[in-house]
Amino acid sequence: MSTIADRLIEDEGLRRGVARLTPEKIEKVFKELMAGEGGARLKTYAETCVRCGMCAKACHYYMSHKDPSYTPVAKVSQTMWKLLAAGGRVDPELIYQCAQIAYTECNLCRRCIHYCPLGIDTGYIISVVRRLCHKLGVTPQYIQDTAHSHSATMNQMWVKDDEWPDTLQWQEEEAREEFPGLRIPLDVEGADFMYSVIAPEPKFRTQLIYQAAAIFHAAGLSWTMPSTPGWDNSNMAMFTGDSEIMARVERAHYETAQRLRVKRIVMGECGHAFRAVYDVGNRWLGWKWHPVPVVHSVDFFWELIQQGRIKLTHKYAEPVTIHDPCNIIRGRGLMEKLREVVHFLCDNVVEMYPNREHNYCCCAGGGVINCGPPFKNVRIVGNSIKADQLRATGVHTLIAPCHNCHGGLEDIISKFDLKMHTKFLGDLIYELMEKPEAE
Amino acid sequence: MHALYDLAVGPLAWLAFAIFILGSVYRLMAMRALALKKDAAFVAYISWPHALKSLTHWLTPFGALGWRENPGVTVVTFAFHICLFLAPLFLLGHVVLLDTFFGWSWPTLPETLADALSIVVVLACAYFLWRRLAVPEVRFVTSTQDWVVVSLVGLTFLTGVLAYHGLGDNLFMTTLHILCGEAMLVAIPFTRLSHMLFGFFSRGYIASEFGSVRFAKDW
Repeated sequence: MSTIADRLIEDEGLRRGVARLTPEKIEKVFKELMAGEGGARLKTYAETCVRCGMCAKACHYYMSHKDPSYTPVAKVSQTMWKLLAAGGRVDPELIYQCAQIAYTECNLCRRCIHYCPLGIDTGYIISVVRRLCHKLGVTPQYIQDTAHSHSATMNQMWVKDDEWPDTLQWQEEEAREEFPGLRIPLDVEGADFMYSVIAPEPKFRTQLIYQAAAIFHAAGLSWTMPSTPGWDNSNMAMFTGDSEIMARVERAHYETAQRLRVKRIVMGECGHAFRAVYDVGNRWLGWKWHPVPVVHSVDFFWELIQQGRIKLTHKYAEPVTIHDPCNIIRGRGLMEKLREVVHFLCDNVVEMYPNREHNYCCCAGGGVINCGPPFKNVRIVGNSIKADQLRATGVHTLIAPCHNCHGGLEDIISKFDLKMHTKFLGDLIYELMEKPEAE
Repeated sequence: MHALYDLAVGPLAWLAFAIFILGSVYRLMAMRALALKKDAAFVAYISWPHALKSLTHWLTPFGALGWRENPGVTVVTFAFHICLFLAPLFLLGHVVLLDTFFGWSWPTLPETLADALSIVVVLACAYFLWRRLAVPEVRFVTSTQDWVVVSLVGLTFLTGVLAYHGLGDNLFMTTLHILCGEAMLVAIPFTRLSHMLFGFFSRGYIASEFGSVRFAKDW
C-alpha cells in the first residue's frame, strides 16, 4: 500500500528545514514538547484509538482518493504514533513526511469527530505535529512567509502601517460617490462595533471593505475600524504551529478593541480568523472567554435582519446553495442563522448534502491553501467528493461565508468545470439592499 | 494440569483482579491529575449535560453519523460489547464459582442464551480480525497490539464456549479459558482495551467543547 513516502512534494521550506536536522536534535525537541505541552488528551488519544478505521469516510481526502493512507487515523499513524513509538528519535526524512501530512493533507476541519466513537480529535493531534515541525523549523515556505509577516507587521500580508489607513480612506472615498454621507470611522472610542478584517482584504479584496462599510452605513450603526496594527484578525501562525506569534496577534487584536472601548468586535466573513479569535488565541492567553465579545459576520447580519436594519429592494431570484464552513459551523454552530440569512436574501435555496455540521470541507482551510502552489493540485484533486456534492445541487450560485472556503471552492469549480460562482453574504446583501441615499 | 488449574483460580485470579481494579483506578486518577496539570485550558470547558447528551447518541445504534455511515461495524460493535458484558457477568458457571468461594450470588441467564451470546462475541472477534486483513483502511493502521488484544478477547470466549460444550479436554480448556480471561483483565488498564476506561471521558470532553463552546452537535 502506498504511504506518504510515495507522494512527497518538493518544498523549499521543508527541504531546507529538514537539512538542518539530526535524529538527536529531533528527539530533544520532541521530548521538550511532550514534557511541556503533551498532556492527557494526546496520551488518551494515542492509547485508546482502536484503529477501527471508521473515521475513513469522514475525510474528503480519503473519499476523493480512496487511498487508505489518507484516512484521519492513517495520517496520525504515519506521524504522531510513529514519533511517540520512537520517543522522537526519528530520521529527518520522517519529519518531512510529517510536515507534508500535517500542513497539506489535513484541514483541521474536525469532521472526523462525528465518526469516532471515542471522540478522538484528530485535528488536535495534527496540530501537535505542526507544533513540532514549527519548533524544528520545518514549515512550508509559503505559509511560513505569512507567519513571518504576522511577526513583523502584525498582519498576514506585509501591509505597511501607512498603507492600511490609506486603503481605508481610498475605499471611503470610492464609497462616498455612491453614499455621500458614508464614513469609515477610524479609532472612534466607545463605538458599538469594531470591524476587523483579514489582511488579504486591503491587499486584493478591497471591495469587501467597501461593501461592509456600505452595510454598516445603511444599517445606521455606530462602528469603527482601528488605524493601528491589531486590525487584522487573520492568523496563519496558528496554523504553522507558532503559538507564540499566534498569541501576539490575538492579543494585539483584543487590546485594540479594548483601547477603543468598543462593545463588540465584528469579524468579516472568514472562518480560520474566527477560530483563532474565538477558540484558540484566548486559551493560549489564559482567558476562558473573550475580553471583548466577538461576533462573526453571519451572526451580525442575522442580527441586523432581525432588527429590521437591512431592507431589500428585491430577493436574489436564481437558485443558490449553501456551503457550511467548518470554523463557524462545527466551530460556532451558526448553521441555522446562516440559513435564515440566506433565505431572507434568496428565493430559491437548494441544500447540498451532507450539510450543517456534517458538511464536507472546502479543502483550503487549516492553512492548506496558504502552503501555496506546490501543494495546490493535491488539495484540488483531493476534494473531488466536494465537486460531486456541489454538482448534485445543479445550481450556479454558491454561498460560502468564509475566505478560505472561497479560495478552495473556486479552485474546485474551475478544475471540475462546475459552472458555479461563489458569493459572500456581504456580496448579496450589498447587491440586494435598499440604498436610500445612493446616487 | 490440576496444579495449574488451582493456580489459575487461586492466586492468579486474585492477582488478575487486583491488577485490573487497582490498575484501572490508578490509570484514571493519574490521567485526571495529568489533565488538571497540563490541559487546564481544556478541562475548563467540561460540561456534563453536553457530555451526557452526546454519550446518549453514541450509545444508541445508528445514533451518530459515524455509526450510520458504517452500518456493518455498528451492528457488530454493539452486539459485541453488549454480549461481552452480559455473558460473563450473568453466566451460571461464573456465579456458581463466586457463590462457592464468597457466597455472592445473583440471577443468571439461561445457559443456552449465555452460550449464544458468547458465540456472538467469538464471531464478532473473527469479524474484527477479518476487517484487519481485508479492509484496506483498517489494515493500513493495524499493528501487533491490535491483533493481540482482539485475539485475547476472542480466545477467552472461544475456550469458554468449547469448555461449555465439552469439546477438547475439559480441564485443559477450562484452565486455558481462565488464563486467557485473566490476561484480558490485566490488559485492560494498560493496552488499547483501556478505551473501556477512557472512552467515556474522551467523548465527554469533545462533546463539551462542541456543546458549550462551539454550539454544535458532535454526533
